[in-house]
Amino acid sequence: MLHNLSIGELADRLSAKQISSVELTRHFLARIERLNPGLNAVITITAEQALESATAADRRLALGERGRLLGIPLIHKDIFCTDGVRTSCGSRMLDNFIAPYDATIVARLKSAGAVMLGKANMDEFAMGSSNETSYYGPVKNPWDTTKVPGGSSGGSAAALAARLAPICTGTDTGGSIRQPAALTGVTGIKPTYGRVSRYGMIAFASSLDQAGVLTLSAADAAAVLQVMAGFDPNDSTSVDAPVPDYPALLDAPLKGLKIGLLREFFDGLESRNAALIQDALKVFTSLGADTVEVSLPHLPMSVPTYYVVAPAECSSNLSRFDGVRFGHRCAQPQDLKDLYERSRGEGFGAEVKRRIMTGTYVLSAGYYDAYYLKAQKVRRLINDDFRAAFQKADLVVGPTTPTPAFAIGAKVDDPVTMYLNDIYTIGANLAGLPGLSTPCGFVDGLPMGLQLIGPHFSEARLLGAAHQFQRATAWHTHTPGGYE
Amino acid sequence: MSLTRQDVEKIAHLARLAITEQEMPVYVTSLSSIVDFVDELSRLDTGGVEPMAHPLDGQRQRLRDDLVTETDHHVKFQRNAPAVQSGLYVVPRVIE
Repeated sequence: MLHNLSIGELADRLSAKQISSVELTRHFLARIERLNPGLNAVITITAEQALESATAADRRLALGERGRLLGIPLIHKDIFCTDGVRTSCGSRMLDNFIAPYDATIVARLKSAGAVMLGKANMDEFAMGSSNETSYYGPVKNPWDTTKVPGGSSGGSAAALAARLAPICTGTDTGGSIRQPAALTGVTGIKPTYGRVSRYGMIAFASSLDQAGVLTLSAADAAAVLQVMAGFDPNDSTSVDAPVPDYPALLDAPLKGLKIGLLREFFDGLESRNAALIQDALKVFTSLGADTVEVSLPHLPMSVPTYYVVAPAECSSNLSRFDGVRFGHRCAQPQDLKDLYERSRGEGFGAEVKRRIMTGTYVLSAGYYDAYYLKAQKVRRLINDDFRAAFQKADLVVGPTTPTPAFAIGAKVDDPVTMYLNDIYTIGANLAGLPGLSTPCGFVDGLPMGLQLIGPHFSEARLLGAAHQFQRATAWHTHTPGGYE
Repeated sequence: MSLTRQDVEKIAHLARLAITEQEMPVYVTSLSSIVDFVDELSRLDTGGVEPMAHPLDGQRQRLRDDLVTETDHHVKFQRNAPAVQSGLYVVPRVIE
């Protein structure tokens, strides 16, 4: 079935003219039409534009052009500005916002000939771990539609797992690519901070946000990251460093690779989850890797650190939504204060308001030192712990999440309980390190993910290790029932 | 250290967020619980530690030549505006 093929296989069929991009696009659009209502993964479907792009891709193919992504359909997380297409960020605040330009990653993927099918649902302004905060309603996990797909890239993860598109872009600020990838049994990569441009990506926490991708395999992720990554003068935090040929490096041998087992990841991990991770580690050692124990003593502080830093940064970033130039404006504002307060009060959901207020508090006079400055110091300690660990190990490995997917509605009452879902993923964002999640088994019929974290700019190694793990296992090939 | 209602009202004002009477107690509870949670950071000794604002060690703000590179897109951008007149954004009277 077309929707179970890899990007490489699809590209081969396109260049051999066994299928056209238009046919491929129609195939996925039909799946979206049939299957999306049960998942709510896609907010905006761009069928007409998709067929135009597919026609253009077919023309390029007919002229003999070849490219890994030429004619391949994808879905963009609705946090990326897409010229002429609504970009809502999962929020009422931007429900009426038609982006006037393409984000850099959107433009790059478009140039490479990828065909955008639509925009994926997400937690509002990327704030959430379950895709339950979206203005457009919760997304359902295709493995069990009473369960969450994770978040904030929940729509991207659910759409991918349901095979509605072979590529779904995402963003990761505290785990928002890796955690939903783990809960839906797909592969997700968050690159090194600065590797992929943030231009045109609606900002949540500027020192943590990073664009990445979810795919059905590490090999597919390598092909997409190749196109997304690279210096962008429009992003002042973009790093000017060459992009390796990720697909060419996937088979670099793992012999002698030192895998760090992070003690803090395994402490308190439930036994069935721990067993899956142990089995995954055996695969790596059978491929020639060695394991070494490492410790990141300050890692348990990563969640409170994040919930000071990220809200602080978001309170600043979201101050641009004021009802003046774009976005939601309240009806009949009485004066400027009323304009701001009611536009923002109405436009933002509860979790977003909670985080803006948390951020405002920790930055306010009298509290800045105790909270924000303090958190920045703890961030340094966590960063230094990782640096020390990478003296001993090439990669750090552990579970992506503490548990498989939980029920929709189960954790909405207490924000702190929800925050603890990111306990394994947040450290990589604080230190700016690349992280990847690959499926590694099932618990109670629900997928679990194995997380690999590497030093800065080690994406090639992460992708290679995950690729070879996937070649030795079959977890990433499992499809949820009803979506085969 | 839990927050009081007055604390939350002040924060909401600083953040220019209208919180309704009904919503207020819920925010007081949830914000208090978040602040209590992050208060854990105070238990750590961070004496002599350099704060870390972002992961890019040594990256400086790039500068470019002072040349005009952008063209006027205001018509396109203002298509998203709630109220525009003569190319200007219309808002309630600010100055009496």
